[in-house]
Amino acid sequence: MKKILSLALAAVMAVSLAACGGSTASGSTASTAASGSTAASAEATGAGIPKEDIKVGVVHLSDPAEGTGYSYTHEQGIQGMMKNIGLSEDQLVEKINVSDTDAAAVQNALTELVEEGCNIIFATSWGYMDTCEAMAEEYPDIIFSHGTGYKSNGTNFNNYFGRIYQARYLSGIAAGLKTESDKIGYVAAMGKDNGEVTSGINAFAMGVASVNPDAQVYVKVTNSWFDPEGEKQAAEALIASGCDVIGQHCDTAGPQLAAEEHGVWGVGYNSDMSKDAPAATLTSVMWDWSVYYTQAVQNVIDGTWVAGEKVDNYFGDMADGLVTLADLNTDLIAEGTAEKIDEVKAQIVSGEWDVFDGKTEIKDNEGNTHTLEGADYGSCNWYVENVHEQA
Amino acid sequence: MTGTVKTTKEPLFHVVKHAERSGRQMIGFRLLAVALSIVAGGLFILAIGHNPIAVYGTILEGAFRSKIAIQSTVKFAIPLCICALGVTLAFKMKFWNIGGEGQLIMGAVFASYFALNFPHWNHWVLLLVMLVAGALGGGLWGLLAAAFKVKWGTNETLLTLMLNYIALHLVSYLQAGPWRDPEANGFSKIARFDKNAGMDKVLGVHFGWIIMLVLVALVWIYLKRSKQGYEISVVGESQDTARYAGIHVKKVVLRTMFLSGAIAGIAGVCQVSGSDMTLSMGVAGGVGFTAIIVAWLCQLNPGMILVVSLLFSILEKGSSVVQSTYGLSSDCADVLQGIILFFILGSEFFVRYAFVGRGKKGGAK
Repeated sequence: MKKILSLALAAVMAVSLAACGGSTASGSTASTAASGSTAASAEATGAGIPKEDIKVGVVHLSDPAEGTGYSYTHEQGIQGMMKNIGLSEDQLVEKINVSDTDAAAVQNALTELVEEGCNIIFATSWGYMDTCEAMAEEYPDIIFSHGTGYKSNGTNFNNYFGRIYQARYLSGIAAGLKTESDKIGYVAAMGKDNGEVTSGINAFAMGVASVNPDAQVYVKVTNSWFDPEGEKQAAEALIASGCDVIGQHCDTAGPQLAAEEHGVWGVGYNSDMSKDAPAATLTSVMWDWSVYYTQAVQNVIDGTWVAGEKVDNYFGDMADGLVTLADLNTDLIAEGTAEKIDEVKAQIVSGEWDVFDGKTEIKDNEGNTHTLEGADYGSCNWYVENVHEQA
Repeated sequence: MTGTVKTTKEPLFHVVKHAERSGRQMIGFRLLAVALSIVAGGLFILAIGHNPIAVYGTILEGAFRSKIAIQSTVKFAIPLCICALGVTLAFKMKFWNIGGEGQLIMGAVFASYFALNFPHWNHWVLLLVMLVAGALGGGLWGLLAAAFKVKWGTNETLLTLMLNYIALHLVSYLQAGPWRDPEANGFSKIARFDKNAGMDKVLGVHFGWIIMLVLVALVWIYLKRSKQGYEISVVGESQDTARYAGIHVKKVVLRTMFLSGAIAGIAGVCQVSGSDMTLSMGVAGGVGFTAIIVAWLCQLNPGMILVVSLLFSILEKGSSVVQSTYGLSSDCADVLQGIILFFILGSEFFVRYAFVGRGKKGGAK
């Protein structure tokens, strides 16, 4: 008897939900109504997709509503793209808080964006790469654009990133001139074998060395791209060991907040972190992702990129405007910082000089020499002379 | 009735066990619970500034709007249903196996070992080995808790619960250490499986759903029609009676917990080989705990477990669409699910018990 009742309960639950749904299905969302059959619009023409048929999907690692850090910066880029191209809100579908250490969550988020009928999906975090690769094979009519990784297939799965090391070098100048203890801390998401993080540390440390040959850079690794608590604690450990400027390659403003609390200084990353820690952040190394997102979506509209036929990888730089340095915090920076940074920045933007030019020999902290081409940052698994790992 | 001075102090009301409710009353309670949960959930949605009817509509629409949506919904149900079937065996014996989560993870770990190390075996041999290994992994993890209970009388609720965390951190260790993907640039993760180690899709969903249906039938037959199933219910009702009837209680406990864990382990195999194609920290993602709720809600009836698992996955899939459609945080969806569960589980209390007010003759006699 009880079982029958339970069955009835379950049925009632379904029916009552269905009733609610039935009455409103028409009014609920224009965005979902239009997308019954996925990507049907993408496959036919072989040319561009009209602007009004574009649907953009985005997978965020955390919640952009945090107002700072990695996901926020990508969201700013997406919003910039929407404005530049003139897309309406219902042409954008976003999945937030998709953990890159949870394969099922990544898979589910991407599947839902496919189902929504997105023509191009931006997957913003490193850990989404393998799932993107597999999904691209399963859905050749949709472009999967993956940020910060290294895989691509040339037809509907590309990779986007940029020469962030250029801005890191400039921020190193600010840190090197500011430090009084000649000990600079650096909170790193990943260890030495991650080329993205390691090449960034090297550029920063080379910037430091260019103005302050005595200063040393101490690196502490959190082993996570997004770890608000861990990032702050790592910074506190560095400060406790005497560092008075804290640089960072991780997603939250935790290290800057720690610097502010302890009365030292810092260099932020992703967004302008002087908003978070106005009394500490000298400047921030920033991305303007709208530069890429606008170009990518425009390529799909123009038919320059066609899913299943051709997509290119993207590697932007300071000259493009993808990589930027936030306004210097004039209350905090050492004298002469602005002039020095402007001078080097002009050389970088004009192409006259670059940090990693593939020719200049760079000494590592074990006595070997290397050359590094900026686009080949992924292969960088050595630290320059003035970098030290802190356990 | 009123106004007279009492000589003995009575609480305002007390709770008594309700002997027998009519079928009509029970349906009434549950209908009321569903209605209240929808109203309360609606108030929550209203409070965060959205139209409740539209949001409920989106949940249903999101779960069924297209072929891929329906396939995703079914996919959500697979680990949940299988895991609920697993804990059902233990619960029938009144052995409080809170360890479905850990047993699922251990099944996933054992299966992943073969997927990662022997990707070039014959496809069907590999999948079969993975299923057997997964069942073994989950089963041994369950057996561990049962062995402690039988040998030293430890508390199985605590032990199975704590084993969950050990299993989860084992995955963490494997992905940071011995099984780390060397191509991941230092990112701590396990490599994606070779396609050969993936479950084939049948009607657009990996064939875990067939395993799920087979297990529903098998568990039903096992509990209702086999001698071992009968032993389980006798042990569950009274261990003394079981002993008196000549049932080897320890043996039944060990065997049942192994099977309970083994089924959860199979859920783990379906997850890594059917859905994720790798082993990650989110492999169980709370499914082992939700399975407990599902099993109880269904009063340990396998057929019902299938139905309710599907209802849960509708809620799960639909809530995900609500997140992106309305820009809500995914936590809001969790709150909504919690409210609905609260009322439905709460109604069970009123089905079994009644409040008796002061001065009224209660069911105490």
